[in-house]
Amino acid sequence: MAFYRPASWQKPLSLLLLCAALALPSVLAAFGQEFYIGFATRVLIFALAASSLNLVLGFGGMVSLGHAAFLGAGAYAAAICQQAGINEALLVFPAAMGIAGLFALVVGAISLRTRGVYFIMITLAFAQMAYYLFISARSWGGDDGLPLNGRMTLAGFSLADDAALFYAAAGLLALAMLFFGRLAEARFGRTLQAIRENETRMEALGYPVFRYRLVAFALGGAVAGLAGALLANLTGLASPNLLQWTQSGTLLVMVIIGGVGYLYGGVVGAAVLLLLEESLVGVTEHWHIILGLLLLAVVLFAPKGVAALFGKRHG
Amino acid sequence: MADALLDVRRLSRRFAAVDALKAVDFSVQAGEIHALIGPNGAGKTTFIHHVSGALLPDSGSVHFAGRDVTRLSMHQRVRAGMARSYQITNVFLGLSALDNVVLAVQGRADAGSSFRFWRPVRDETALFDDARSYLDQVGLSSKTGVVAGQLSHGEQRALELAMALATRPQLLLLDEPMAGTGPEESARMVELIEHLARHVTILLVEHDMAAVFRLADRISVLVNGQLICSGTPDEVKNDAGVRRAYLGDHL
Repeated sequence: MAFYRPASWQKPLSLLLLCAALALPSVLAAFGQEFYIGFATRVLIFALAASSLNLVLGFGGMVSLGHAAFLGAGAYAAAICQQAGINEALLVFPAAMGIAGLFALVVGAISLRTRGVYFIMITLAFAQMAYYLFISARSWGGDDGLPLNGRMTLAGFSLADDAALFYAAAGLLALAMLFFGRLAEARFGRTLQAIRENETRMEALGYPVFRYRLVAFALGGAVAGLAGALLANLTGLASPNLLQWTQSGTLLVMVIIGGVGYLYGGVVGAAVLLLLEESLVGVTEHWHIILGLLLLAVVLFAPKGVAALFGKRHG
Repeated sequence: MADALLDVRRLSRRFAAVDALKAVDFSVQAGEIHALIGPNGAGKTTFIHHVSGALLPDSGSVHFAGRDVTRLSMHQRVRAGMARSYQITNVFLGLSALDNVVLAVQGRADAGSSFRFWRPVRDETALFDDARSYLDQVGLSSKTGVVAGQLSHGEQRALELAMALATRPQLLLLDEPMAGTGPEESARMVELIEHLARHVTILLVEHDMAAVFRLADRISVLVNGQLICSGTPDEVKNDAGVRRAYLGDHL
């Protein structure tokens, strides 16, 4: 894999997409299709979650099969905060990020001592442990999950309106992408990518490799936690299913379809997968077959992901 | 030897049924070029791995600059002033020569933390200026912008050296720097190492005997994991045990 370098048109295109996103709720409302605002919010939230995995997997080279645990941790953190009477997203979202990030720090501190298949298995094991913990936690709703008592407020503005939540998700995704983009070209991102390329060489240049990996892993977990808190607001529920390994698998598929190690790989992958699901579910209940075929096609014909089709990336 | 820069004492390592290193006593004095030679499979690279910290010994110790580094990890030893190059070229092929060295400069303690998340590396001109000076030293000034994968083999070896130098080591561990180079490139590498030796102590593992005898102040001979001889090039050349080990074909 090569080091990240943005194409010259990347910035204008992302600004254009941001503007289009901001106009989307009014356009949908004008056509009486408000239902799709919720769907679009879901795409944005999963774009955020998949992008956080892309930091870990694409830039850090760590194949984690437990990333959904941090998504779920964020969702539960939000629901529990609300139960405790904190309903302001300016407090809840950072708390969700902190808790998910801390959880990732612990999981990473143990898992990152292993490599390859062992790392995949141990992250999976941690996520499944968290899954069963939440299923058996009766005070947090057990396998029914922990419902939210309506949506939160953000800086005093209610997120109850679908468009308001959509804007909040779009703003946070934009901020996250700006941060990831800067990070990729800053010292930390260069170091992380170099470790992905050649761990031993970096060790021999004096880099404490483990520490960089761990910070990236925790950072990815924290952003996944933010996505979880947003998702809990969208669906009104912190469900244990969010932590299940199939969810981690879905995030992985999104990143692979979108483009591993491409800044917008997670965003593209989440959009492609969810749009496909949404449009195919109406046609046939066996839509997973078509999804499988798509995945095959991507791996065979665009092994670097959809985002790679739109530009060259080189060292 | 109290003032040795590198002092290895009774270093032993066993892999399954093989004694790879048997109680090796070895030291490098500050300022010298010390060559480690020996037939294939003698344990030279294993020895370098133990000095650099890539492998940990079963018993024995490694002292560096007056400090026991036996249990330190590789990156801690690099920070302590020990740098190594690899037998197989080990550079970032997708990055330009300059970017490769920038990574090395950036890893140094005095370059500041690399936990910086916002400012693009390309704006950090100090890193690039420093990196250029190392490319100058190894004669790659004209290749700064060339992607490492497109450099010739000899140039990649030189780049590898520049990266090691950029960590500002006191001791440079060179594992077969002439491996795979042609006679012309080899001659250039010998000159380069001679030039570098003015500033840094060098432990050289090399098969090219002409180069070894031209460069080394002292030579140690490792055979089957045992150090059988250590001395000046003349002493080593006339040592009966060394002659037996090599069957006289090189010396």
